[in-house]
Amino acid sequence: MNPVTRKRLGRFALNAAGIAVFLFAVFPVYWMVTTAFKPNDQIFTTSFIPFPNPPSMDHVSRVFTEGVAGHSVWRYLLNSTIVALSAVVLGAVFALLAATAVARFKFRFRTSFLILLLIVQMVPAEALLIPLFTMVKRLGLYDQLLGLILINVGLTLPFSVWMLRTFVAAVPKELEEASWIDGAGRFTTFWRVLFPLVAPGLVATSIFAFITTWNEFVFALTLIGDQAKYTMPVALQFFVGQRSTDWGGIMAASTLMTIPVLIFFLLVQRRMVSGLVAGAVKG
Amino acid sequence: MAQTSTVARGGGEPSAPVRRHKTQARRTGLPDWLVPYALLLPGLLVIAALLLYPLYQMVDMSFHQVGLRQIRAINPSPAEFVGLDNYSSILDSDLFWTSLRNTVIFAVVTVALTLILGTLVGLLLNKLGPKMSTFVVVGIMAAWATPPTAQAVVWKWLFDSDAGVVNWALNLLPDWLSSLVFGRSDWSGQPWFNDTITLYLVLIIAVVWASFPFIAVSVLAGLKSIPSELYEAARMDGATGVGTFRKITFPLLKPVFSVLVVLSTIWDFKVFTQLYLLAGGTVNRDAFNLSLWSYAEAFSSPPKMGLGAAIAVVLTAILLVITFVYVRNIVKTEDVR
Repeated sequence: MNPVTRKRLGRFALNAAGIAVFLFAVFPVYWMVTTAFKPNDQIFTTSFIPFPNPPSMDHVSRVFTEGVAGHSVWRYLLNSTIVALSAVVLGAVFALLAATAVARFKFRFRTSFLILLLIVQMVPAEALLIPLFTMVKRLGLYDQLLGLILINVGLTLPFSVWMLRTFVAAVPKELEEASWIDGAGRFTTFWRVLFPLVAPGLVATSIFAFITTWNEFVFALTLIGDQAKYTMPVALQFFVGQRSTDWGGIMAASTLMTIPVLIFFLLVQRRMVSGLVAGAVKG
Repeated sequence: MAQTSTVARGGGEPSAPVRRHKTQARRTGLPDWLVPYALLLPGLLVIAALLLYPLYQMVDMSFHQVGLRQIRAINPSPAEFVGLDNYSSILDSDLFWTSLRNTVIFAVVTVALTLILGTLVGLLLNKLGPKMSTFVVVGIMAAWATPPTAQAVVWKWLFDSDAGVVNWALNLLPDWLSSLVFGRSDWSGQPWFNDTITLYLVLIIAVVWASFPFIAVSVLAGLKSIPSELYEAARMDGATGVGTFRKITFPLLKPVFSVLVVLSTIWDFKVFTQLYLLAGGTVNRDAFNLSLWSYAEAFSSPPKMGLGAAIAVVLTAILLVITFVYVRNIVKTEDVR
């Protein structure tokens, strides 16, 4: 075999492998979306129907009108949005303050705080479920979205601080010093100088917290008993019936739930990797 | 550069503005040394109330018997101290060994498969042309972005016994091949979720599918940071592909790999959402892992919160040992100081 053919063959094999990986990754998502648009006789069949023919909006409109567990999925999407947005806004305030402290000041317990952040991030949330459940019950927050919001703030905060501190540290300190010299107070300096420069990082961190909260399942499952207050992930399981499952409905609802996450994901994908691997790449 | 401009802005008397700054700080009434603590306080309170206190409570509850009467909102009765009873009943239970086995085997297999597949895809992405690489990255992003609950229901649908596409595809195999490999040729109606082994098989596929993109993208980021001169030198010296990976890529990416291994282990050790949905809740006790068992004891009636907490303590203890390795690694490689 001459080198040129060999090189071409190699290129071909690489591209084929790339397409195989792409298909493996995308096929389940593709199947989810297409099932949502198939009429029932194309879903409950033993033959393979690659795409809906003709596409039907039955399931999508049904999950909005009839819904599941007694409510339209609008209700669950709304609940999920309320919980995720509130948790993100609250969390962002706490995280920004703490990240500024860690990235801008030298103080005695700085290292201990950072190590504490790393350790609490690793405590399994599932393990805290039982004590948090009794706590929420005792405070009268059972069945309240507020309880869920607060818990999600707690769950996402350590990672948010960890990720945000690198963004704060990246803002040159000289800018703040210049602002002080011009006579600005601490608050003005923070608000007018640091905040606008950290804002892109804050957005990235917030999107990450949003996705985590939006996807959260275990706490939403145990802390909410009232069906009108279910979040989307919890409502999803009610499409699974005793005898048969409403696959069209469940796939339509899953698609609706996945869309916002997918959009956000493509926006922050690069920062997420750097945040999670936390500097280990640079070595 | 910026420092010069600061001095320039202060004019000929740099000491004057500094003094102004100091008086201002005094006027707000917050001494300088207190500022970081004030900034830290709200976050610290949240972490203490929502993570540290529950952690303490979890340990405390594991030594008590906590049932319906102890958790009711009005007039709860005090929990009875039972010492190590919860722990000894865990050890006596058959469920402990099955769920520990399920937890560990699942984590080991899933972490290994995720890392192997993720690394291979990362290496592949590095070799592909820019257009193809972006195309594949966008594809794997779709798998990564799917929420865990949606992952579970989608894979449940793919492996559905009657109308699932997997049984359809397996039926396409020539009968002789199918019988040779699997010992059967007819897959119609194969129920994947009744048996613990096949249930975990689907769970492993679903979790690997959702988590290999993160590994691939991280490995790719790591590969991009390796100077290409190293590879050129290796090629000059006549190194083979495998040799280059062993001698250059792997050693340089070692810090990345160690973080990825630990993160994946932690995530896969406590898998809950996907297992809960694939197993259909807490009906199949044989399929429990530690977190599902803990949940089942604490939240089915009658609730045994103390016992559930004790299982959670065991799970947390295992994870903290793994975390310790992770934290040590981070502290070594990053400026926590």
